[in-house]
Order: sequence, then structure tokens, then C-alpha cells
Amino acid sequence: MHDKTLTQVAAALASGEVSSRELTAHYLKRIEQTNRQLNSFISVTSEQALQQADQADQARASGDAGLLTGVPLALKDIFCTQGVKTSCGSRMLDNFIAPYDAHVVEKLKAAGCVSLGKTNMDEFAMGSSNENSYYGAVKNPWDVTAVPGGSSGGSAAAVAAGITPAALGTDTGGSIRQPAAFCGITGLKPTYGRVSRYGMIAYASSLDQAGPMARSAEDCAHLLNVMAGQDLRDSTSVARGVPDYTETLNAPLSGLKIGLPKEYFGDGLDPGVEKAVREAVKIYEALGATVKEVSLPHTHFAIPAYYVIAPAEASSNLSRFDGVRFGHRCDDPQDLVDLYKRSRAEGFGDEVKRRILIGTHTLSEGFFDAYYTKAQQVRRLIRQDFLDAFEDVDVLMGPASPTPAFDIGAKKDPVSMYLQDIYTIAVNLAGIPGISVPAGRVGHRPVGLQILGTHFAEAQLLNVAHQFQKATDWHQQRPSFAEEKA
Amino acid sequence: MALEETHVRRAAHLARLAVSDDQAKGFVDDLSQILEMVDQLQRVDTQGVTPLAHPLDATQRLRADEVTETDQRDHFQRCAPAVENGLYLVPRVVE
Amino acid sequence: MEWETVIGLEVHVQLATKSKIFSGASTAFGAEPNSQACAVDLGLPGILPVVNEQAVAMAVQFGLAVHADIPEVSVFDRKNYFYPDLPKGYQTSQMYHPIVGPGSIDVTLEDHSTRKIRIHHAHLEEDAGKSLHEDIHGMTGIDLNRAGTPLLEIVSEPDMRSAKEAAAYLKAIHSIVTYLGISDGNMAEGSMRCDVNVSVRPKGQESFGTRAEVKNVNSFRFVERAIAFEVDRQIELIEDGGKVVQETRLYDPERDETRSMRTKEEANDYRYFPCPDLLPVVLDQAYVDHLREQLPELPADKRERFQNGLGLSAYDAHVLSASRAVADYFEEVMDVCGDAKQAANWVQGELSGALNRENLNIEQSPVNARQLGELVVRVIDGTINGKAAKQVFQALWNNQGASADEVIDAKGLKQVTDSGAIEAMIDQVIADSPAQVAQYCDAEPDKRGKMIGYFVGQVMKASRGTANPQQVNTLLKEKLDAKL
Repeated sequence: MHDKTLTQVAAALASGEVSSRELTAHYLKRIEQTNRQLNSFISVTSEQALQQADQADQARASGDAGLLTGVPLALKDIFCTQGVKTSCGSRMLDNFIAPYDAHVVEKLKAAGCVSLGKTNMDEFAMGSSNENSYYGAVKNPWDVTAVPGGSSGGSAAAVAAGITPAALGTDTGGSIRQPAAFCGITGLKPTYGRVSRYGMIAYASSLDQAGPMARSAEDCAHLLNVMAGQDLRDSTSVARGVPDYTETLNAPLSGLKIGLPKEYFGDGLDPGVEKAVREAVKIYEALGATVKEVSLPHTHFAIPAYYVIAPAEASSNLSRFDGVRFGHRCDDPQDLVDLYKRSRAEGFGDEVKRRILIGTHTLSEGFFDAYYTKAQQVRRLIRQDFLDAFEDVDVLMGPASPTPAFDIGAKKDPVSMYLQDIYTIAVNLAGIPGISVPAGRVGHRPVGLQILGTHFAEAQLLNVAHQFQKATDWHQQRPSFAEEKA
Repeated sequence: MALEETHVRRAAHLARLAVSDDQAKGFVDDLSQILEMVDQLQRVDTQGVTPLAHPLDATQRLRADEVTETDQRDHFQRCAPAVENGLYLVPRVVE
Repeated sequence: MEWETVIGLEVHVQLATKSKIFSGASTAFGAEPNSQACAVDLGLPGILPVVNEQAVAMAVQFGLAVHADIPEVSVFDRKNYFYPDLPKGYQTSQMYHPIVGPGSIDVTLEDHSTRKIRIHHAHLEEDAGKSLHEDIHGMTGIDLNRAGTPLLEIVSEPDMRSAKEAAAYLKAIHSIVTYLGISDGNMAEGSMRCDVNVSVRPKGQESFGTRAEVKNVNSFRFVERAIAFEVDRQIELIEDGGKVVQETRLYDPERDETRSMRTKEEANDYRYFPCPDLLPVVLDQAYVDHLREQLPELPADKRERFQNGLGLSAYDAHVLSASRAVADYFEEVMDVCGDAKQAANWVQGELSGALNRENLNIEQSPVNARQLGELVVRVIDGTINGKAAKQVFQALWNNQGASADEVIDAKGLKQVTDSGAIEAMIDQVIADSPAQVAQYCDAEPDKRGKMIGYFVGQVMKASRGTANPQQVNTLLKEKLDAKL
């Protein structure tokens, strides 16, 4: 059962082959068996999950079921869930029982989905390895000595290990696509504004976007159908109709114009990764696509720009964690400043502190123009690179990450960790959508092919990814870990 | 732009983060590295480029002026560390 | 040395929206602590703001009323600092692209001259909550009901040169916002709050002196007093060889002094940057034009019309147009009675005296404008005389009748103009007062005028005030002079 994709699980529920309760119990058992080793969940909500499953089964019995009714999935612990701890991977929120649901959680509930629990993540979504969690590192099911990527590492590992059919992640600089690549699953970051950010704990508001992580592009299409759409509570959510993303999955790719950004195949790219990506591109050529090299000249300024903009926004977004209305509060504060300083020092981990400090420093008087204004100018140039490229080609392809998953503990200094996101980060600055699909392996460790489209081209990305998955079986391959624990 | 320990201390104070002396030194090293990387931005010619704050050129939607919220004080204060008589408590503020 | 004072004001006006600037929570005053603080106002994790259209419209209306530029694009920024009444750790405000650009207002001074005060800009922002310092186990309590209430901060240029001008400017702002109906202008409840920037310089010097910012100046009177104190302090300081330091000072109305707030933080660094949760507010011309069409007649226009159109004195025109409530009341009285000058006299005289005595504002008047208008009608048409009119007014004030006519009937105050009846009363009085008649006749002719007062009084008394006083006077004189 746990080898099934979300689409297959939905079909099994529809045919009556299995009930939601059976499915949910099955996945809950697998979580219990694997979590000690993988550490992919922070909270498992068994009771609520079984309740939701029963409701779903009743709905189905009374002929009131939708496509995803009764389908279990997992939520990154960044999404607020009413009555359930929402920690954001931080000690700061270890005691935070959210008093409301995030918009996407409401939507999934309304669609009848069952939530198995909350997945592990880098604290406040700051990280590329999931080592920055208050709840400990997550292991990559393909190789437990490797990281699963981050920040949505728990979601990626759980899907890869077959302990949930799908999960939600968020992506601020690659946090869906890079762990999807490291764990051999499919992960989509939609266009900024496509999915409401309401109830999603903010890291960098102008970059954050929620998206689906699953076994296949088809699964992602089903989930995006539910997640996308305007939410009047989020000013940045876009008033734009939501197409049925599954409808165009099978459009033929003949005539598709693929651009390969030359900057995505340069120094620092692992040869095994490059080989896998180039072979994937060949498959597209066989499917009728044409390929040309393009240039995104400001690519190498994306990480510097991001590490001004994201920490600046984060430093302000995280000010609300002050020990007054919710979250961690230090013992016996001597005065107000002591309350703030100790609550925050105790509640936040080092990476979060680094980014708060960087953001505070770059926004402060005398530095603002040189850093923040400059970064926002470069941001416009980066977006323009993409818009220019999409005048010429339909989609861009390249690696999601320069290397396969690295070893836990391998990246000691922050900057070398940041450089991991070289191919994903510009996408968030530009606000365009991107998807990572499994496209090979280097040793045991998966390689992700990243496909990028222009704003609101999600349907096209899912189509392009789905056609690849019809022609290959990388997305169907499971880590041996998943078998052992079955 | 070289980063001094005073910068880190000032940022830590503005951000209300308690930082010990040892930690401060570590942060100076880390942040210096990060800023060195960030300084590459100075190589980009951005003359005449308008800063971009949002990836989409969208404009603000305005909400009708209606009271849509009800009193949920008890619900919201369930996650509060210290309340009394409906008030959030903080150490005495001296004006 | 002769000194010149330079003053600029930052006025925070609470906008009279139903809901908050970024949330659907109520802005009503006086609710239970934190019962009107929703997830947005509390800054709970993941919660996002959406801008209130009415707050934008009100800000634009203010801008139009002060002839300001209304930029097409305005942007919300975050002002970052930690304080317990600021739940998100930042205040959403407008630093770089405010909603209202440069404008100006004409301020009327006591001598009825006007001065143009330039407005630098006005911007929208959210109010903070309140810290309650009553001791709760040695702790401070935080009430966030007020957090997120829309404020319009109106920043003047340093164009004022005296405390009187500053107070007049503040009154003019108050008058405009209440005319527009965008604020209740209630300073006691904090709907209008004022920070004052004050500096002094030797007369004739062009550059400004170092200024002090005085906070918490929350009444018209305090503005004058705080400035007076601050000007004296600064001049004395400089003349003693000292230097004014740029600082924030707090006005203490009880001790009538300003004192340094001891730079709480070694120079604040608010780290303003555009709020990434909000998008630029773009106002198209049609929207602004629509708001312009809806503008009511503003105080300056009204004053002009009262003076030149209705022929009121400059003083009456100014006082009657200063607040919209007074102007509306006056205009209704005038509409009912058809006589602007009589209406002005009654509103300025009897009514305003009674309101002052009982410390009421005009909205609380027990006599409404229609009632007063009908009363004035009866004075004009001669139904009652002036003295009776005052009685009628008093009766209406004390709720002893629903209308002037009812009171007139009930109390029998209708003026007696029948000469026969008046003559009869005069004859009786003359008959009853032989001693006074004799005195009158013996008096020097130029003293008799004064002495007739006694007889008028007696006749009026006999008529219970209803006799027409002119008639009484004329007839008495005739009859008494006949006795000579």
C-alpha cells in the first residue's frame, strides 16, 4: 500500500479497495516504526487522524466524497493547525498550540484529507539540511548518513520512505525543491501568491510559498488543485482563476522549447549530477522538445541578494516572538529587556540568531542602502534575467542542487551551506514556479532535475514533469529503507 | 564592509538577543563570512534600477470597513505564558 | 537678545473607522481588555494584514481638504522596535511613500488674521496597545484593544512662530477632521494626540536652532503651555551659556513642565523597510475624484460664507464655523427662523452661555436646533418679548415643554400688545404708587428718564412679563407726563 502514489491511494479509496481508516492506521504504524530512525515527524496526531479518517469514510459511504477524501498526508510543522502543536522546528514554539488553521490546512480539511501529523524542518525554515531543528536532524531514507535536505526535510524524507503518500512543504530559497531532489521525490514551488500564506509561519514574507511534495507530478497536480487560489486574508495572494492542473498533464511536448542556463552547469556542479540532468534533457529531446543554451547573467548574485533580503524580512518577522503573548518565556525575568533577551536567546537556535543578526545589521542606519536597497535592485535584475529567458524558451532546466545529499555534519560553516541553494534561490527572488523531479542517482543518493517556468506556469511545469515520469521510472524507485521497514 | 564586534553587539541589542562574550566572537566570524559573500553585490551595476520589493507587480487589495472579528480572548490567551484579568503580563515597565 | 520660536507639530488622528486598519476587529472605545484584539492585532504567528479601504479613503479626504498632493502610489513600511504594547515588534507605518503629500491650511489667529501653515505630509499607521501600570504582582498589564486602530499622522512644516499659532493650527486640524467626519476628535479619549517640535533662534537668524520634541501634549491648552514652558527653558538655557540638546521630552500637565525622557535607547534605529506582507496602495484618479466630490463644505469655506454671504461679524463667522457640530446647529436654527443674525445671537449668547455653565458640548445640548429656531421665530414675529424668550429657553432647557409654542401657551407668555389692556395695567400701577408718582413729578426733567424704570418694572410684573416693553414705555411716559 505504501508504495502507491497519492493518485493510486485516492483510486483505491474510491474503488472501496481500502478504507481511509485502514490506510491511516497503516501509515500511522509506519510512522511509529520509522520515526525513531528517520525523525521525520515532530508531532504525530494519531487520534485526530483516525477521527478524520472515520469522517472521510462516512462521507464516502453517503456519497459525499471528493477525489482526495480520506487521503492521508503530512504537514510541515510551519503550518498552523488548530489544537495541535505548531513548533516551526523551534524551541520558541515548543509549547505553541495553534489557535487556528492555516489557509491551506483549511482547504485540505475541506477536501477531506487526513492529517497524519507535523513534519520536522529546519528551525523557522532556515536551513538546507534539516540539521537546524530543535527536534534533531532528519535522516535521508536513501542513506541514513546523509541529510534529507531542507528546510522541508521531514516532509521529503517521509514521502520518500513511504510513510505518507504526500506532504506539504514551504519554499523560501529552495526548501521544497532541494529536499525533494535529495530524497528522490517530486516537489513543486508554485508562483509567489498562488497559494495563501495565511497561517504559515513567516520566514521571509516576499519569498515564502507553500507547495506539494509527493511521489509524482500527477500527485502534485491533485494537491495544487486544492491548495491554490485567492485568500482574502493574504494581501499577496493573487486573484486569478485556478485551472485544473490534472487536465493538461498529458499535453504533448513536441515543440517545447527548453533552455539550459549555462550558469547552472558551471564550477561546483557534481559530475554525476550533471550527467543525470543531461540525460534527462535527452529524454525530453526524444519526446519532441528542442533544447538551447540560455544565460541568466545575474545567477551568481542571487545568493548574496537573498542573504540580505531574507534575513532582513526574517529579523522583523521574528520580532513577534518575544515571550509575551505566546511561545517560550524565560524564567524570572528581571525586567522587560531581560524578558526579551533571554526568552529569545533561549528560544532561537544559532542559525536563526545568525539570520536575525544579519538582517538587523543590514537594515540598520548607515548600512541600509548599501545592503538592502542594493539587494532589491539586484533582485529586479535577477527577475529580468528570467523574464528575458522566457521570451525565448518555454521552460528552463537544470540541476536542483549542485550535489546529491551530503553527509550529516559535513557542512560546518554557514556560507558553504548557503551555497547549496545556488540553483534554487533565484527562483524565489523572481517569484516564478519551479519543480524538482527525480532524474537519477549518484551512488545511493538521488538527483533532482529542476524545471522552471514563468509566473503562473504551474500547469505547464506539471505537464512537462509528468511526461518525463511517463517516460522514466526514477520517481517509482524506492529506497531500500522503505522496504526493510515495511 | 568589515564587521566589528560592536556591530554584532548593537544588532543583538536591537534584536533583543542575549549574547555571551564567547557567542559574540563566534557571530563576528560567521557574520563576517556572510557579509563578505554578500559584498559581491557591490560588483553589480545597479544605477537607475528600481528596487524590487515584491516579485509580482501587484497592488494592494482593500478590505471593506466591517467588523468581522468576535471576542476570542480566552481562546487566544490559552497559549499565553502570563495573563491576569485578560491582560498580558510583563515585568514592570518604568516610563 | 530677541528670540524667535519655531514650532512644528505632529498630530496623530484616530480615524473613525468601524474596524481596524489591518483587521476586522472593532475599534470601539472602552471594551474589556483584549476583547477586541484579534489574531492580526496580537501578531500571532502566520497571521497577515489586509488594508481597510475606509482608512485609505479618510486619509485621502484629509489630503484633499488641505489641498495636498495625493500620490498615485503609497507604501507601508515597518518601523522596528520592541515594546510590550507593540505586539509584532514593529509598527506598520509609511516612511518613504506616504499617502498624503505636501499641502497647507489657513489658520485663523485671535486677531482674525490668517496664516498659511504648510503640511509636510500625512501618513497612515497603526496605533499601539496600552500598558497599564497599576501594580499586578509587580507586573505591568498589556491591553491590545487599541493596537491596530488606524491613525493618520499629520506632520507640519516648522511654520509656526508662537504657542498661540500652534494652538490655532491644532484647532484648525481638529476642525477639518471633524468636518470631514474622519475622526471624533476627542482629545480626552486620545482620538487626537500631539507631539510638538520646538526650537528657538535669535530673531533674524535664518538657520533653525536645535529642537526638542515634546510628547504627550494632548489638549489645546497643553499645547500652549508646553510650548511656553519649553521656550522659556530653551532661552534660559542658551542665555546661561548652555546648549539645547536634541531629545524627546515629556509634557507633564500636572506640574506644567516638560522633562527629558532620558534617551531610552542610545538613539533609536527603527530599521524602516517596506512591509513585505502588504503591497503598494495604488489610487487611480477616478477614485480620488470621487472622494473629492464627496467632500463636505470645509471650515474655511463656511467661515467665508457666514461672513460674506450671511453678513455675520468676522468673530461670529469664525466661532460658528470652527466646529462642524456648532456650524450644523447654527445653520439649522437659521433655516428654521430665517434670520442669520438672530440665529447667531442666540447660538452665541443664550445657548453657548448655558452650555458653558453646565460644561456641555453642543451635541449634548438639551435644547435642539429646531426648538431654538422655533423660539427665535416667536421673537421675530413679536409673539413673545425678549424677556419671555429667555424664560421659554430656560423652560426648554429644563425639559418643561417640547416646543417654544407649547411653553408660551402653558406659561401664558404671549406678548400683550393690546393698548387697552396695557393702559389698564398702567393706570393701576400709577394709582398704586402715589409716592413714586410724586417723586417723578418733582424730579428734574433729565432725571425722569431713569425714574420711569420703576413703573416699567411694575407694569411688566403685573403682565407677568408679557407686555410689549416698547408700548409700555411710550404709554407710561405719556400718562406720567400728563400728571406734571
